[in-house]
Amino acid sequence: MRIVVTVKYVPDIASDRGFQDCRVVRTPAEGTINELDENAIEAALQLVEAAGEGEVVAVSVAGPDGAVALRKAFQMGAHRGVLVSDDALAGSDYFGTAAALAATVERLNADAPVDLVITGMAALDGLGSVVPTLLAAHLGWPALNLAKKVALADGAVTITREADDVTEELSARLPLVLSVADTANKPRLPNFKLIMAARTKEYETWSAADLALKPDAVGQAGARTETLSAAPRPPRDEVELVTDKGEGGKALAAFLIRNDLV
Amino acid sequence: MSTAALTDLFDVESELAPHERETRDTVRAFVDVEIRPHIARWFADAYFPREIVPAMAGLGLLGMHLEGYGCAGRSAVEYGLAMQEIEAGDSGLRTFVSVQGSLAMTAIAKNGSEEQRQRWLPGMAAGEIIGCFGLTEPTAGSDPGTMATTAVLTGGEWVLNGAKRWIGLASIADVAVIWAKALSDDGTPQVRGFLVPTATPGFTATPIEPKLSMRASIQCDIELTDVRLPEDAILPHNPGLRGPFACLNEARYGIVWGALGAARDSLEAALAYSAERLQFGKPLAAYQLTQEKLANMALAVAQAQLVALRLGRLKDEGRLDRHMISAGKLNSCRVAIEVARQARTILGGNGITLDHSPLRHANNLESVRTYEGTDEVHTLVLGQHLTGIAAFR
Repeated sequence: MRIVVTVKYVPDIASDRGFQDCRVVRTPAEGTINELDENAIEAALQLVEAAGEGEVVAVSVAGPDGAVALRKAFQMGAHRGVLVSDDALAGSDYFGTAAALAATVERLNADAPVDLVITGMAALDGLGSVVPTLLAAHLGWPALNLAKKVALADGAVTITREADDVTEELSARLPLVLSVADTANKPRLPNFKLIMAARTKEYETWSAADLALKPDAVGQAGARTETLSAAPRPPRDEVELVTDKGEGGKALAAFLIRNDLV
Repeated sequence: MSTAALTDLFDVESELAPHERETRDTVRAFVDVEIRPHIARWFADAYFPREIVPAMAGLGLLGMHLEGYGCAGRSAVEYGLAMQEIEAGDSGLRTFVSVQGSLAMTAIAKNGSEEQRQRWLPGMAAGEIIGCFGLTEPTAGSDPGTMATTAVLTGGEWVLNGAKRWIGLASIADVAVIWAKALSDDGTPQVRGFLVPTATPGFTATPIEPKLSMRASIQCDIELTDVRLPEDAILPHNPGLRGPFACLNEARYGIVWGALGAARDSLEAALAYSAERLQFGKPLAAYQLTQEKLANMALAVAQAQLVALRLGRLKDEGRLDRHMISAGKLNSCRVAIEVARQARTILGGNGITLDHSPLRHANNLESVRTYEGTDEVHTLVLGQHLTGIAAFR
């Protein structure tokens, strides 16, 4: 069982986020792994553990700080890491990122067959949730998205997913691209031994040239969307405190109605 | 800025290496998920949550400062940081980690034979075997040299008789390290350690109840009545009181950090509450008296954390002296219990319920300041260090 997990380096959602030229300013000390990718790593580790053999390869398309995300994957137990990093990739949108990831998976697949690519349900800084599907399209593999439950048997993955009032079961044969929901599992905490091992564990760095990416397919040049503006939202309004003198329920209902929350 | 960053007055954070912060953050996340949501109920019910032991072992918390035998082999600073986070959850659960790792496992690692280490340590590190450490007796607390428990070698067997008190985990332990007086080669009684499987006939452990402190952990009376052990049950190395004292120093070092976890959690609880609780139309935090309390608590905790880190770095360099451990344990316990009690005052009447942590911490810290050397004993160790005069007797 050989599984590629995509991990993204994102600004810590608890930290203040800044923008410059419509791009997020990334400060190494404050960045972290996209939390939702931890569910993908967990899902991959569980499948490999159940199979009794295999490899989890964490892949990140990022600047040099992407190593932070890889190290987190190592701490959880990923066996190998690839950082796809190149100035030519800066400014990639969903299409460019998916192209770079697809080329990475293809290169890994050429060395030894990749059974599965697992991603998180979204990146907390982008919230597009389209990269898994774009990646599957690039690879010509089926995509199973937003899995709440994942079962692997006889060369096929069956997932359960929930949307509003519908529960679906979907299945596809390997190889495929799978995105897991944040309810799919509880990501494990890294243990002390893996934390120490991850300090010195080496990852590979691949450039756009290593992956034979066409310059017009990635980076700013390959971007099909343009960010026109990006600025922090003003802080939320003052908290409205209501002292309950028997009318608290009515005040709450009025607040919810006023703010279109019901 | 997070609360943790606010109360780190001297940016101690930046003194920590990335892997040290990651170790701490892992334990903090563990406490947030596995301990905080349940601790009030466990404390109320006087329940030790044995079900979280496998997860603690999975992180590498049990015997984490020991090398080999399935132990994580982490530094003193990392061990201290982990203890601080566990005790921010509850002193009783940190006590479990201390008894298992710093006392029982350390006794075997420091004083045991290679066969004994191989037999017991991997299972203890994995949390599959629970250990306890029997030194204190009903009439021998601060003065363990007066212990009455005896071990006599007859017919190729050791026979142990006596009683122990305040022994953490004894009623759920699989193996007990029991310290008893045996005759040395020259015929004088000498304190020796013995590995006693708790299923051995004549071994009885009874939890001490009811308690007003450490309710989420277990402390027991042990009765030893003609407990027969094979000849190789004795710990061969370091005869005399230095055997158990070396273990106690490990546990005391853990307390230097651990108690500050309880203090920090109390401070954070009071700080959060003071911002929300309105009296006379403004938050408690807006009153000068509250701010003074918060400032004094934050200052005391931050200073003590610097001391703990300094002691940890010295320990990692092999330069930690006995009086330093006493100074650190005394200081941390004093600070922690004072901060926990002061934090309770900010919580007002609500602070006496289990909805808030400070009084629970304060009650637990009554035990923490008493075990592994009382405040008084550590004061006298410092007195002896300064004057050269032992005033214990």
